[in-house]
Amino acid sequence: MFGSGPIERTKTGDFRLRLSDAERALLRDLPQQLLAALAEAPGDPSLRRLRPSAYEDDAEAEDEYRLLTGDGLAESRREALRTVADTADRDRLTAEELDAWLRALTDLRLVLGTRLDVTEDTYAQEIDPRDPEAYELSVFAYLSWLQEAAVEAALQD
Amino acid sequence: MAPATLAPAEVELEEPAGADVPEHDRPWIVIVWNDPINLMSYVTFVFQKLFGYSREKATTLMLQVHNEGKAVVSGGPREKAEHDVARLHAHGLWATMRQD
Repeated sequence: MFGSGPIERTKTGDFRLRLSDAERALLRDLPQQLLAALAEAPGDPSLRRLRPSAYEDDAEAEDEYRLLTGDGLAESRREALRTVADTADRDRLTAEELDAWLRALTDLRLVLGTRLDVTEDTYAQEIDPRDPEAYELSVFAYLSWLQEAAVEAALQD
Repeated sequence: MAPATLAPAEVELEEPAGADVPEHDRPWIVIVWNDPINLMSYVTFVFQKLFGYSREKATTLMLQVHNEGKAVVSGGPREKAEHDVARLHAHGLWATMRQD
């Protein structure tokens, strides 16, 4: 059957995007916001989950790991975020672009989820419109739904 | 990142039989920790993509992370473990490494 999900693999191996104008606007805007935060406030606590430690009990080895990998990880992160912002208006993505979407959606969810102090219970709770964080919670829920669809599409044969 | 070429085969040959394995030769393990943000489907997908695991094996490891809080997902010489940790970090997973 023809599906109607937001992201679907086509017969030719690329991916069809079915998103509303509001969704596309959000997907142009959020990566730009995170890119700005990474550039302007890299020490912000909400970004900590983007840079976990490799070595828990060895500060010297950890410093060396960060020296070796830090720049590369940061650049591939920025590249993935730029890819989403630049392709949010498209109807098709290449497999490579979808891979960037998967990583960028992960980073957006990690930062927003850290800010919102998300727990495993968050997903089952309905969003109360009077909650001062209702907008951020609904953006988080939207990104979760979209990423689930992106993973499903990536795994389609 | 440094290539994984440091396995000192000649050093092993020089060791007397039955000697303890020197510390730098003990294998390293890569651990992925549970976090409340990454989706279960995404974690499974990353294990398949990065390590070439079957859907079944990747799902078993993901469930172990989810239910037990962590799982050993790969291992080997230090350089390989570090490479795997960096790839997991590039995909947003909470991964650490230590010597087994």
